Amino acid sequence: MSTLKVLDKDYSDWVCAACGKPLQPAPVELEYLDSLFNVELPCCVACGMVLIPEELALGKMADVERLLEDK
Amino acid sequence: MDQSEMRNWEARCTQEEPPRCRAACPLHVDVREFCTRMAEDRPDQAWGTLCRTLPLPSVMARICDAPCKKACLRNDAGGAVEMSALERACADFPGKTPPLHAPPSRGRKATIIGGDIAALTAAWDLSRKGVEVALHCPCDVTDMLNWLRCTAPLDYEATLRKHLETELATLRRLGVVIHEHAPVSLTLVDTARAEERLVFIAPDAYQALLEGDAPPDDLTLGTVRTGVFAAMRPAEPEQAFSPVFLAALGRRAATSMDRFYQGASLVAGREREGIFETRLYTNISTVAPVSPIAVSQNGYSREQAVQEAARCLRCECMECVHNCAFLAEFGSYPKQYTRRIYNNASIVMGTRQANTMINSCMMCGLCASLCPDGFDMGALCLQSRQDMVARGKMPASAHEFALRDMAFANGEDCVVARHAPDTARSAWLFFPGCQLTASMPDAVERTWRWLRTQLGGDAEKGGVGLLLHCCGAPAHWSGRTDLHAEAVRTLSAHLDALGNPPLITACPTCTDMLRKALPQAVITTLWEVFDQQTSDTAFPASPLAAQTELVLHDPCNTRHDAALRSAVRSLLHQRGIRVTEPERSGEHTECCGFGGLSESANPALGVKIREGRAARLTTASPADAVTYCAMCRDMLAKSGKRILHMLDLLLPPEPSEPCGPGCCGPRADNAAGPHAGPAPSYSERRENRIRLRERLITGYWQEAGRTAAPYEALRVTYTPEAQQRMESHRILDSDIRKVLLHTEQQKTWLENVTDTESKGRRLAMFRPTIVTYWVEYTLQDDGGYMVHNTWSHRMRIIPPGHRSGNGGNA
Ligand code: SF4
Ligand code: SF4
Ligand code: SF4
Ligand SMILES: [Zn+2]
Repeated sequence: MSTLKVLDKDYSDWVCAACGKPLQPAPVELEYLDSLFNVELPCCVACGMVLIPEELALGKMADVERLLEDK
Repeated sequence: MDQSEMRNWEARCTQEEPPRCRAACPLHVDVREFCTRMAEDRPDQAWGTLCRTLPLPSVMARICDAPCKKACLRNDAGGAVEMSALERACADFPGKTPPLHAPPSRGRKATIIGGDIAALTAAWDLSRKGVEVALHCPCDVTDMLNWLRCTAPLDYEATLRKHLETELATLRRLGVVIHEHAPVSLTLVDTARAEERLVFIAPDAYQALLEGDAPPDDLTLGTVRTGVFAAMRPAEPEQAFSPVFLAALGRRAATSMDRFYQGASLVAGREREGIFETRLYTNISTVAPVSPIAVSQNGYSREQAVQEAARCLRCECMECVHNCAFLAEFGSYPKQYTRRIYNNASIVMGTRQANTMINSCMMCGLCASLCPDGFDMGALCLQSRQDMVARGKMPASAHEFALRDMAFANGEDCVVARHAPDTARSAWLFFPGCQLTASMPDAVERTWRWLRTQLGGDAEKGGVGLLLHCCGAPAHWSGRTDLHAEAVRTLSAHLDALGNPPLITACPTCTDMLRKALPQAVITTLWEVFDQQTSDTAFPASPLAAQTELVLHDPCNTRHDAALRSAVRSLLHQRGIRVTEPERSGEHTECCGFGGLSESANPALGVKIREGRAARLTTASPADAVTYCAMCRDMLAKSGKRILHMLDLLLPPEPSEPCGPGCCGPRADNAAGPHAGPAPSYSERRENRIRLRERLITGYWQEAGRTAAPYEALRVTYTPEAQQRMESHRILDSDIRKVLLHTEQQKTWLENVTDTESKGRRLAMFRPTIVTYWVEYTLQDDGGYMVHNTWSHRMRIIPPGHRSGNGGNA
């Protein structure tokens, strides 16, 4: 499964408070209603904490959620 | 829903029935479409419409005696549409006649005997179907003209000959062989039959040939002679010489002959071939009468034709659609929606396009109250929702928030089910409903107090008990029969424990739901109890001056409860209020958008619905409005409408005892009067319920209050932007607190390190169950939180290195 790039902006100005590491794009799996998506998202390289920005949550992600719910 | 069920539903919607004109036209010309094109000044297209149906159109359009006029609905509003003059005008404008082609005959041959318009029509229809036609006229063109002349004494016969010759030329081009002055005899019939030709004997030849035979069959025009069809001149005087009735006979014969060739049934599905009564309903109560444009000697000018055609009402039903924002939203009408819903359920793979539509109906019953056949879209949508739930196809997000709210209202922080303090039984049980409790907790308390004072009660009879619980409406509306049954079960258990006293309900939705779910319960509405209270001193002084005007909004659940509606009017009258009724009220009242969880599944439509209703209340009068459902009040208040609840009017807070801080949410803050209060937010609604229960339990029963959850101890404030996001994304204060507490405990958050104004902002997330919440906040100097933004998603995150199967970030 190829990794989708869904964000253009750089989120390296966000730092993981626990690890002190800036977020970097990394492949993350998103799951909803038995569908899996491989997406590149800003993550903490140390602990893996992921950032889902507002624009993604309310935009593409919401669209896909709705689509899957109507399947 | 199986196919036959779908057809039953479809059959109740008569929107696709033809208008009266078309039903009354023996040839069923699409008069409505014709008039539409003419009114648009597109005579070429109008001509196309006529040519689709009329045989020998350039003749028929000029001689038709228009029996449709008698049936035209415009008769009731100024006079029938002048269809004959319009057709003539259309024929006189140069319009292109669509080209006609005859398919191959494959050996099908027919002999037509006669020279009237029935004979010509049969020849026209059969030749267009590819049949080789021999037309034996006892006469010639001049005589044919005489026929037409005697049927239609028109002033422009001179041109008629030209048009007849044109159409006869068309017939010849289509392969019709015309024998003029043909000897008409039974030998001709026998010879034709010997050659396996089908025969049609038109009315002008009937007498000469078949006099003495049993008359032909009305439906098929078949005679006792196999393969021979015939029509007699109609007996009814207005049909005997009517060109269009005669043409219809020719068409009927041609249809039978065509079926005969195909070996198909001659009788099946022909009920509506002749003129019939349509089932179409068209509401013309608001149509202004307009007289027809007078027809002059030379017929209509082009402008006159446009004007006259514009008088056509384009009859259709759409009664429900015109009065329901939901039905209008999806661009069609119930018959088509039925098909969409059926198709939606049949999809195995692919997107179910109709889900949102099905979940957007308010289930308010207005359509059924307006529809001539009582089509109840709400019942159809409810059935579909239940079906979707049963098959696991209901989108989770559609109703989740509402169902969570219901579970909360029925949870330990909100439920009260008790006899009045110091009594061991209840003569009455007050059931305010969970939405009134969420909107106006202080008014619930005042009402209960009022009931206890006014209805009295003693140790023997019992007092007025209190039941704070949800009626289960959200579960019912969402198609969750399981959750609804559970809510009813819990309710019944509470009622049993309290000795099943008669209920006093304040909310019209609860009233309706409980009457249906608990048929054995005795239920009286609060408003009827109030209305029976005749004592002058029963109510505190009105907050409004005598003779104040208010526009009354009936909640949609009172549609079938005339007693309740009249009690409310009587109360308002007693209160000195001048009531103005909006156009849609009483049994035809409109829903505020909350019904059926419409607003929950389709928030954008919800805005349209409440704004539409609010606007119509304002049209009735710019005065403030009043209603007797807390949800209606809040929904309409969200649209900016000034609207009060009946309790604001009947049991306003005593000036001497202002309610405690926050006890009535933002409504108490407004100095302008009880009606000006905005609707409480979703979070405030929850708090209101918790606080009310707390106040009652500790204050009236002297019991210990609840133990607050740890997250409640956090100090959290919100920016106005954050508050607005919480409302539109339906994120609760408690959701946010849970995120913050989780973060505090786990010490995991993201921090902004830019040199922008976002520096120091923190971002935390938590997924309590199936929704992930994000909170953007700053830590205050005092250790409190200032929330700037919040959002959520339902997708689950599986961080890098945690492949499918574990809990993700949370
Ligand atoms: S009211 Fe609505 S459902 Fe009823 S016939 Fe008219 S369009 Fe159809
Ligand atoms: S108003 Fe128009 S559509 Fe209605 S019956 Fe008359 S001609 Fe037909
Ligand atoms: S919202 Fe009400 S009027 Fe509209 S379709 Fe549904 S039940 Fe009928
Ligand atoms: Zn980290």
